[in-house]
Amino acid sequence: MHRQRPRGYSFGRLAREAAGGHAGWQRAWQAAIPKPSYDFVVVGGGGHGLATAYHLARDHAARSVAVLEKGWIGGGNTGRNTTIVRSNYKLEANQRFYEHSLKLWESLTRELNFNVMFSQRGVVFLAHSDADMNALAERGDAMRLRGIDADLLDTGSVKRLAPILDCSTSARFPVHGGLLQRRAGTARHDAVAWGYARAASALGVDVIENCAVTGFDIADGRILGVRTTRGAIGAGRVGVAVAGRTCEVMAMAGLRLPIETHLLQAFVSEPVKPMLNTVLLSGAVHCYLSQTDKGEIVLGGDIDFYPSYSQRGALSRIEQVAGQAIAMVPALARLRMQRAWAGAVDMTMDGAPIIGLTPVEGLFLNGGWCYGGFKATPASGFTFAHTMATGAPHPLNAPFTLDRFERGATINEAGSGPTPHLH
Amino acid sequence: MLIITCTHCGPRPDIEFSFLRALEASHAHIDAAVLHTRTNPVGPSEEIWQHSRGCRALMVLRRHTLTHEILEVRPCPRDTA
Repeated sequence: MHRQRPRGYSFGRLAREAAGGHAGWQRAWQAAIPKPSYDFVVVGGGGHGLATAYHLARDHAARSVAVLEKGWIGGGNTGRNTTIVRSNYKLEANQRFYEHSLKLWESLTRELNFNVMFSQRGVVFLAHSDADMNALAERGDAMRLRGIDADLLDTGSVKRLAPILDCSTSARFPVHGGLLQRRAGTARHDAVAWGYARAASALGVDVIENCAVTGFDIADGRILGVRTTRGAIGAGRVGVAVAGRTCEVMAMAGLRLPIETHLLQAFVSEPVKPMLNTVLLSGAVHCYLSQTDKGEIVLGGDIDFYPSYSQRGALSRIEQVAGQAIAMVPALARLRMQRAWAGAVDMTMDGAPIIGLTPVEGLFLNGGWCYGGFKATPASGFTFAHTMATGAPHPLNAPFTLDRFERGATINEAGSGPTPHLH
Repeated sequence: MLIITCTHCGPRPDIEFSFLRALEASHAHIDAAVLHTRTNPVGPSEEIWQHSRGCRALMVLRRHTLTHEILEVRPCPRDTA
């Protein structure tokens, strides 16, 4: 299909369109009608699926690619997170993968010609005890050995970075110091989905919304296509990137996975003047704190601890996270909360994602993102496209196989047992 | 909030309870793959919960994972937990 390349976004374009009464803007991506078949079908129109389609078209010269989304673009977990981007991991597999992702984030706005508002305002992991400090020092050393930036901060340095944090000796969670990754930060989550959808569409990818997959056509252990609410679609290769619903979709291919679906909540306050220009994370109490460009304070915490697909979180978790946040930043106590949301996330049994092959030939899996899917989006698309195009994993995603659980080769950053609530 | 009817204490709020694990079919021949995998259904799911901040009884809940409707609560069989 001939497709007119959309005109780029720029200051000059904005000025011209303003002069023309803004009548000249086109749709950011074409509303595609499903064709009878494609070389590559990506199931799931979130950030990961769209990034995969984009990289298939850009890096692997794929000219016949469709993304099937059962709802609307970016309506799932891409728009239901705390928007934090970081690569401060300790295990080598995670370091290589997430650092590659962070590097892609650094040029993503230019790459997609779409402002994803990536703000490298730094992320601080807080230490509340001597043991925490030792663990963070060890993590920081491991990062620097891999060439990833990390600065171990004492209490005074944390206080200078975030004056609103209660660093007094009588604090409920005393601050012993922290580990700062300066290149980490936040991004505009919806823009990531929209930017990838627009860039993929410009490269000829069919972005098909309101198209739910209802089954797979598999013969002799090989994928032939997908059945959808908009008819059967033939496919040479199929990649599934539907984190949250991975078990439901892969069950249609007869697979049972090391994944449990849990709710992960976040919520924002009313907007206030700038009071926090970095991201604070406390691993010990599990609380995430940042401020958006609009001024809202964003808070996140633990999963709700029982399996659910409902996308409606438990109030007890909000109460707990708000209590922890107020203990750390007493100035938050008088803020009113204005919105809360829950994402249904794939929790794997070791806390690491799954990106790779499945027992069905031509069927590939990208899921199990646990707490960390948003920041992984660029590298996930890059490596999953490579895996789908070549039929073999890229070195960056080679450790994240589906069969690592039965081989005992788990990637357990938290060093915890095989249960989702432990990591 | 879920209201869970404890088999011993009656209806109580969910914060008194802990989800322990899904009640999977077979434990007779556990290997590594079986240990890690889950059915993880969208719909009714059988799970072991504990009234951990109450009488500490174990019970089996049949709970809808999309609507959170609790369809059945029954005592946990001795050999299950």
